[in-house]
Amino acid sequence: MATSTKPKPISKATYLKWYEDMLLMRKFEEKAGQLYIQQKFGGFCHLYIGQEAVVAGAVSATKAGDKHITAYRDHAHPIGLGMHPKYVMAELYGKSTGCSKGKGGSMHMFDTSLGLWGGHGIVGAQIPMGAGMAFAEKYNKTKNVVLCSFGDGAARQGALHETFNMAMTWKLPVIFIIENNNYAMGTSVQRTSNITDLKKLGAAYDMPAESVDGMSCEEVHYAILRAADRARKGDGPTLLDIQTYRYKGHSMSDPQKYRTKEEVEKYKKLDPIQKVLETIKEKKYATAKLLEEIEERVKDKVVESVKFAEESPLPEAHELYEDVYAEADYPFIKEY
Amino acid sequence: MKTVQFREALREAMSEEMRRDEGVFLMGEEVAEYNGAYKVSQGMLDEFGAERVIDTPIAELGFAGIGVGAAMNGLRPVIEFMTWNFAILAADQIINSAAKMLQMSGGQINVPIVFRGGNGQAGQLAATHSQSFEAFYAHVPGLKVITPSTPYDAKGLLKAAIRDNDPVVFLESEKMYGDKGEIPEGEYILPIGVADIKREGSDVTIVTFGKIIKEVFKAADELEKEGVSVEVIDLRTIRPIDYDAVVNSIKKTNRCVVVEESWPLASISSEIAYHLQRYAFDYLDAPVYRVTQSDTPFPFATSLIAEALPNPKRIIDAVKSVMYIN
Repeated sequence: MATSTKPKPISKATYLKWYEDMLLMRKFEEKAGQLYIQQKFGGFCHLYIGQEAVVAGAVSATKAGDKHITAYRDHAHPIGLGMHPKYVMAELYGKSTGCSKGKGGSMHMFDTSLGLWGGHGIVGAQIPMGAGMAFAEKYNKTKNVVLCSFGDGAARQGALHETFNMAMTWKLPVIFIIENNNYAMGTSVQRTSNITDLKKLGAAYDMPAESVDGMSCEEVHYAILRAADRARKGDGPTLLDIQTYRYKGHSMSDPQKYRTKEEVEKYKKLDPIQKVLETIKEKKYATAKLLEEIEERVKDKVVESVKFAEESPLPEAHELYEDVYAEADYPFIKEY
Repeated sequence: MKTVQFREALREAMSEEMRRDEGVFLMGEEVAEYNGAYKVSQGMLDEFGAERVIDTPIAELGFAGIGVGAAMNGLRPVIEFMTWNFAILAADQIINSAAKMLQMSGGQINVPIVFRGGNGQAGQLAATHSQSFEAFYAHVPGLKVITPSTPYDAKGLLKAAIRDNDPVVFLESEKMYGDKGEIPEGEYILPIGVADIKREGSDVTIVTFGKIIKEVFKAADELEKEGVSVEVIDLRTIRPIDYDAVVNSIKKTNRCVVVEESWPLASISSEIAYHLQRYAFDYLDAPVYRVTQSDTPFPFATSLIAEALPNPKRIIDAVKSVMYIN
């Protein structure tokens, strides 16, 4: 993880933002999980709990104009990018006020104005799409970078290899982020990959690659900074194997028989939110009163999110035929 | 007017659109330095440079997905597949990504992309290289599907496809690239979703599309000698289908045969037949017949190919059946 230039130290403001954002992601998803169990909304529900430092560190290391595209475990990305969580909750409920107008659901959160280009449900499909978005940035000669996130399971898709090859050949400004929580649903990396050090996946394409401690906002932040710097200079993509852990099951129906309780407990001791909080206390970045205010704000936002989602209207019938084609008067076949 | 090959018509469409809009680019296997596997893009690298005419590795899923991502982010890619048979590998990006993006993003991201290339059988290439994909892709809401049969239609419709804000599947044929036809000297655009009456007639309507239309013309010529006047409707666009053009023709002729290069089950011919029994029932004087490829993988041996494909004899037989001749 050598770096040529000494990175800027992380500011007090960044620590406080990390803390508040990650606490909001965590509390929001804990609530979402409860509501799902109460059958307040349907579909799938894949929680990001435990992995929050990956989004927090990625967002703090990027700037306006950069674009994020990710997989279906995507509730934390919009929150990290500044969306009020009520629009995420409304999307979970399939309400017309959701960030995708109730047409995407849990796996398809979008807000391009914040730099979030989905939420994609097909495992690994966003890998070539992310490279294609980066292709457009290079084509238009911007200095923007695309952050393309996917799980360790998606790292076994053929699309990854096709994309890595083209992204390196064409030096596209994309950062490939493996959110490596070690389990593709219920199957460990060890059981499905001949190599377990996933940064080696870049090796056949000479793609610069790093392993990163994904329970540390700082490590994620600095790794993304290095990769973004490389991309902005025109040197092309970087692969980051960001090692993280999800405390919850793959989805809400996962009995988690593939791992031990001890393993989960071990990672919970490395909790990124607790670590950031400890740093804040150690460095006296916040008074007890300020921390209390943050917690209150988070709590209020979660309460507001539920209320907003429950009170929002469902999409009306005519919306079924809207947003299917950009063409306004597409002649749909309508039968009985 | 001037006479050009089908491939030249396609090239003119792409080149004109690339001159008009910096965001349009061409990507695919052998499109640049080789000048196109079928010479559709001949000379385009010289004019537009390697940043806009881009050779890819043999990785259909990957470069289709890169095209989708580029379109999401504001460009207008033309993605060439050497044939649509190879694009089966890219179907995830066409069907799951391009066709769904606008809806699942709640209207935030449209995908203005054209996927184009050779479709259907092209001689003795055996089963995996000989498939027609109109019905496959027409099934998918979110896509538009175009199958031109003449250089004139090819240029006008490809220009429309490139300017269209939705993803378009554009189906050509290796066997048509050398076909010659007249096109205007200047620029023109044809509307997507409008069928064309390629031959007017009064006794029977043949609905068809793509290169199999040549067999239809041969059959129509023979039938005319026997006093049967055939109207030939070229759908040109398969999604959306111009149902009105078909129904209006049937109101005149009261008889219909559908001729299709692909397989019979869940096909465009079944769709047309459904539509006519539902919306033109009282105008039909006979059941709708169809002539399709055999319900088998496409064969290799010439004797079997002759057996598999629609040909004038089979078309004539079908027409005579709906005319109750013999």
